[in-house]
Amino acid sequence: MTEALRPQPSEGPEFVQLLTPEGERVAHPDYDLEISDEEIRGLYRDLLMVRRIDTEATALQRQGELGLWASLLGQEAAQVGAGRALTASDFAFPTYREHGVAFCKGVDPVTLLGLFRGTSQGGWDPYQNGFGLYTIVIGSQTLHATGYAMGLQRDGGDGAAMAFFGDGASSQGDVNEAFVWASVFNAPVVFFCQNNQWAISEPLEKQTRIPLYRRAQGFGFPGVRVDGNDVLAVLAVTRQALARAREGSGPTLVEAWTYRMGAHTTSDDPTRYRLAAELETWKLKDPIERVKAHLSRSGGADATFFAEVDTAADELAAHLRAGCLALPDPDPITLFDNVYAEGSSLLDEEREQCAAYLASFAAAGH
Amino acid sequence: MPTYRDFSLPDLGEGLTEGEILSWLVKEGDAVALNQPIVEIETAKAAVEIPSPYAGVVTKLHHAEGETVDVGSPIISFDTDPAGAAAPDDAPTIQGGDLVPSEPGIVGSPAPTAGGEEKISVLVGTGPKSGKLTRRARKPAAAAAAAPARQPARVSAAAVGARAAKLVGEVRVLAKPPVRKLARELGVDLRVIVGSGHNGTVTRADVEAAASPGRALAEPPTLAAVPSQALDFDPATREQRIPIKGVRKATAAAMVASAFTAPHVTEFVTVDVTPTMDLASRLRSHPDFEGVKVSPLLLVARALLLAVRRHPMINSSWDDAAQEIVVKDYVNLGIAAATPRGLIVPNIKDADSLSMPQLAAALESLVAVARDGRTAPADMQHGTITITNVGVFGVDGGTPILNPGESAILCFGAVREQPWVHEGAIAIRKVTQFALSFDHRIVDGQLGSEFLADVAGMLADPWQLVSWS
Repeated sequence: MTEALRPQPSEGPEFVQLLTPEGERVAHPDYDLEISDEEIRGLYRDLLMVRRIDTEATALQRQGELGLWASLLGQEAAQVGAGRALTASDFAFPTYREHGVAFCKGVDPVTLLGLFRGTSQGGWDPYQNGFGLYTIVIGSQTLHATGYAMGLQRDGGDGAAMAFFGDGASSQGDVNEAFVWASVFNAPVVFFCQNNQWAISEPLEKQTRIPLYRRAQGFGFPGVRVDGNDVLAVLAVTRQALARAREGSGPTLVEAWTYRMGAHTTSDDPTRYRLAAELETWKLKDPIERVKAHLSRSGGADATFFAEVDTAADELAAHLRAGCLALPDPDPITLFDNVYAEGSSLLDEEREQCAAYLASFAAAGH
Repeated sequence: MPTYRDFSLPDLGEGLTEGEILSWLVKEGDAVALNQPIVEIETAKAAVEIPSPYAGVVTKLHHAEGETVDVGSPIISFDTDPAGAAAPDDAPTIQGGDLVPSEPGIVGSPAPTAGGEEKISVLVGTGPKSGKLTRRARKPAAAAAAAPARQPARVSAAAVGARAAKLVGEVRVLAKPPVRKLARELGVDLRVIVGSGHNGTVTRADVEAAASPGRALAEPPTLAAVPSQALDFDPATREQRIPIKGVRKATAAAMVASAFTAPHVTEFVTVDVTPTMDLASRLRSHPDFEGVKVSPLLLVARALLLAVRRHPMINSSWDDAAQEIVVKDYVNLGIAAATPRGLIVPNIKDADSLSMPQLAAALESLVAVARDGRTAPADMQHGTITITNVGVFGVDGGTPILNPGESAILCFGAVREQPWVHEGAIAIRKVTQFALSFDHRIVDGQLGSEFLADVAGMLADPWQLVSWS
């Protein structure tokens, strides 16, 4: 029962870790990772870029330029590890927090902001990068991913689908239905759960009595828990899960054990329900610091490299800010455009009424 | 040329209409970097730091700390090109903080225009529902249709009527589209009509009445909304004027209501509490109390709860409307707490049913929550009797005012070492004073005295805490 109250990962084989919070490389019997210093530097760069995107977007919200922002602070390694395991033929089905996966999939972060600025109802072409639109409804994208994977299966495609969701979504019917379908049809899908310990203000112990990864066993496919703040371990585990899916061995549930360091969104105040001490313990497990420590200690990178990455991150932030302010405002009447693929007479009538109402005002500024 | 920019309070959390300035992190004249924290704002949802939207020099803070500011109202101005020399007054038509969406219903900032003029919109996410948005100008048919007064610069100055220029609070007009159309046709400015419909909606009849000759214009509601700038000390008068609001306002209303409703009587007793202090230190080392704070207040609370059991009438309230005295079979024990935001009195529900360790934990948690400013409104309601622990401030006692709706309040003074006659000789003992104020409508002198004597007796001889339990 103690485990159910707050399942704490141990250092045993059930918790996959390849890089400790102190930056030490450790081995795991099932998940070996051959990786060069150059590749680790690339991952470090990704992590830092993604955090900088998040910081700048949060600032833009505070400055009134975004209506809302869902911060990924603390979850960079989980997203970059999974994002870099995905290949061009794989398709990611995100929640609304997968800014790091989007970055790895080559989506310009500026386009992520349209939804949060209210200038777009989507923002990007999902097929261009194999990165689905942000899904606000909790957990529904796991069904989309499963359906897409079953399509791949039937079309004979060589890719796999990866569904992103959180610990809160694990309680949703949609997610459990997706598990059933994926299992029964052996669909090439990886269920990637970022367990950040909090579903807004609801703690993990209100979601589950057993560690989430063990749920997979009941549905008939493997589950694994990985240190979600260890980018190397996440990369190794998700690579293997994707390979397994592509080769026709069916779905895998990956539980990335991580922590939402910030608020649920900019409209939330986590100090009302979380203890400061909990945050402090997770600060010691920071996903970026451990990579920096490893690179510094192993001689894999020097001060010049870190300074270059910092500069590049600042340039990205400037790009994001300028791009955000330049996002074009849509004509309000376009609100009616994408409701039905083939239109509707009632909607046409409402569009006319709205147009007439809008016309009753003078143009602003004159 | 220097370039001046206003920054207006954005909607920080999806549909908020105002925020309180908790603290400024910069002052006028400071150079700030982009995204440097400038101010801490508390809204109904959270307290957040706002990072600077510009790099430059702060030229003006529009509001003092503690003031509540409407979303969309300028809070700070910057010079984003401080190398220039012109004074702010030389740039009267700053476009910053413009509240007029460039496209109907859409909020957000477009790219800087070719003329170098940048519109700064800070209202993303507020949507039209906030009621704080300035309305767009109507078509010229409404000749007096004025610019949004708080931000006159964006709309051409010629269109701004003298009346509108004086407006400081926006006027939100509720009117259905056909009524708007009628007003436009009749040349009536909807903003100067006091609506007679539901929630002040302007009706067709209102517009027609306004269009008829000889009517007097209703003054738009305005100046009351001017935020006070008077927080600062005025050297001329040597006086400081502090707006009455928040907890201070609520406290004042409650105290006046109590003092002028319930006839107060206060009695005092001074007592040797040395045995109680010894008991407290023994409890501290008891395993049952591990991890909780055992304070003298805990034993005072326990004594009061036991005394209430012996004298139930003390735990009652006067229902004037029903002409009944309501005697409560439960004790919601209020503890007056000084918090950074002022005095509040949260209470421990059903305190009489708690064990000593539970009571200790409840007291500790109540005080900690109150000091953090996180006390929930429900925790301050339905109290039945209160303790005020003024002793922590080093004073001996006072004449407390009843928490409204309650019949008694016990004041616990400082515990001091004093010469005291103990077992026939002068000894140095730990002595304190209790004061009990009670509502003489319900509690007579005899009951009040017996109750107070029982509390004092238990603390002078805590064995009674056991015998009366």
